[in-house]
Amino acid sequence: MKVSSKIYTALIFIFLFAPILILLVFSFNESKSLSVFSSFSLKWYEELLNDRSTLEAVKNTLILALSATIISTVMGTAAAFGIYRIRKEWQKMLLNTVTNIPMINPDIITGISMMLVFVFVGRMFRESTSLNFWTILIAHITFCLPYVIFQVLPKLQQMDGSLIEAAQDLGCPPFKTFFKVTLPEILPGIITGAIMAFTLSLDDFVISYFTSGNDFQTLPIRIYGMTKKTVTPKMYALATIIFFVTLSLLLLNNIIDNEDRDRVKQKNEKQA
Amino acid sequence: MIKKMTAVFMALIFLCAICLSGCGGEDTLTLNVYNWGEYISDGSEGSFDTILEFEKWYEETYGTRVKVNYTTFASNEDMYSKISSGAVSYDVVIPSDYMIARMAEENLLLPLNYDNIPNYEYIDDDFKGLYYDAEGKYTVPYAYGIIGVIYNAAEVSEEDALGWDLLWNEKYADKIVQFNNSRDAFGMAMYKLGLDVNSEDKSVWDTAYNELVVQRPLVYSYVMDEIYNMMESGEASIGAYYAGDYFTMKDAQAENVDLKFYYPERTNYYIDAMCIPSCCENKELAEIFINYMISEEPAVANALYTYYASPNRLVYENEDYISEMGGEAMEILYQRAGDFALNYDKNAYHNLKPEMLDYINGLWETLKIN
Repeated sequence: MKVSSKIYTALIFIFLFAPILILLVFSFNESKSLSVFSSFSLKWYEELLNDRSTLEAVKNTLILALSATIISTVMGTAAAFGIYRIRKEWQKMLLNTVTNIPMINPDIITGISMMLVFVFVGRMFRESTSLNFWTILIAHITFCLPYVIFQVLPKLQQMDGSLIEAAQDLGCPPFKTFFKVTLPEILPGIITGAIMAFTLSLDDFVISYFTSGNDFQTLPIRIYGMTKKTVTPKMYALATIIFFVTLSLLLLNNIIDNEDRDRVKQKNEKQA
Repeated sequence: MIKKMTAVFMALIFLCAICLSGCGGEDTLTLNVYNWGEYISDGSEGSFDTILEFEKWYEETYGTRVKVNYTTFASNEDMYSKISSGAVSYDVVIPSDYMIARMAEENLLLPLNYDNIPNYEYIDDDFKGLYYDAEGKYTVPYAYGIIGVIYNAAEVSEEDALGWDLLWNEKYADKIVQFNNSRDAFGMAMYKLGLDVNSEDKSVWDTAYNELVVQRPLVYSYVMDEIYNMMESGEASIGAYYAGDYFTMKDAQAENVDLKFYYPERTNYYIDAMCIPSCCENKELAEIFINYMISEEPAVANALYTYYASPNRLVYENEDYISEMGGEAMEILYQRAGDFALNYDKNAYHNLKPEMLDYINGLWETLKIN
């Protein structure tokens, strides 16, 4: 029984990681082929550095992901705090459901409906191009928000509510209380939310496709456009780099989570 | 306090907006170009960086800066949906023939002022006045392609390599790959049987369908761009694709694979041409860009980069181009150029009526399911 379960786990890992491994290996291939590994070379990494439009797309993707992350983290934290403070249970439920909708909604529906809104507004102002950087940013913030909210909300609920009361009892104004008491308590949730928002924004294709204009192309859209001819090994190199960036973000996230768990445990032990 | 925070936040966003929109500067013109992916020489591997060079050239010639926003699409249909939605304005697009016909019909294209495109005279006359733009009002051809048969000479004997029959040859069962899109797959059967690929008669399509049913047990896989790896590695031995793409495969073929290419007598031709969509905001600039694209240096660089044949005399008579491409490539790419004047209109895929497309897709689904 034990052997079979080990084989099963191994199989799952192979299926999950074999494609990434192949990509990684062939990004160091000297030739263009995906079937024969001729010799080790960093040629495609060098090519990548010389490819102006791909680098431009990478830059666009990063600018977009960073702005979407910062804005959606600030807005999401505020929203979570608001939801936390609501007294009436049905209102809370309602808001939770509404927040859930963008998460459950298929990307294609979010994408098309946002494009329709932007075009509608653009027509109202008689703009010939209603899609630009701002529309794609708004779209990204929209789909990142719920993830931030649902990371921060549990942290708020875990927090001892009497801490806030105690601070205010001692004459701390509400705003200061938030920054001095609440924020440090929920910070791990905020960071996790921000990292999730960043990775989601980084690799989104469908929504970006519908809401991007003529002067702002993100990396996923550019790669998709390459499928008329084959995708060049430059992209394997880029994908390898992105994979490691995402991996390190994920590791960072887990470390933060662990530390946070330890802290909570220690605190509980102290109280006991 | 909260009000203060919102105010600060709003101010920050406003500041960002000003910064970003300010970057463009006031005297800079913008030109929005929408092209296929990997369809222009972009400076990789030391090649000519078309967009950058255009920006430089324009500033030197006209004294005004121009910023080209160059974005890419993956299919004609993607491009069509973006343009017809009216969401975005583009100045130059490069669709394929049948899509140009459709866009012209729907008034999505502007007639060109050829006075601004003097290099148009270097475009071969065989490529003017073709069905998609019969009056020669809307287009400047960019590149063309012809479908041919690619086979691995290490597996397939030369005497079998004749016409479309090779893709129906039982000797090579499970070595043949067929297009995974209805129009190209049906087209192949129709060229083989001598049928009209733009027929409005359902029984003609039924005949082609029966031919594809005969072929199905021999087909290893129905593919689109997976064909590159399958042919390069020798996993498949026979397939049909564009002449230009054959060279891409040949460049990357494995050691024990020897790819060869020939044209069957009747086959598919396509042309991609530059047009100006009706949402264009600076038509003169767009025309200057089109003219630049068919001037010698950029046109040669693009033809070398994409490996597709060029209808431009400045390219196929250029000595550097001829020597760089090599004898075999020139022979394969250009031997059928003369056909365009004669055979293009009846062998190219035209836009079919929606009900015909539905019927064909129905047949195609049945073929794939059974």
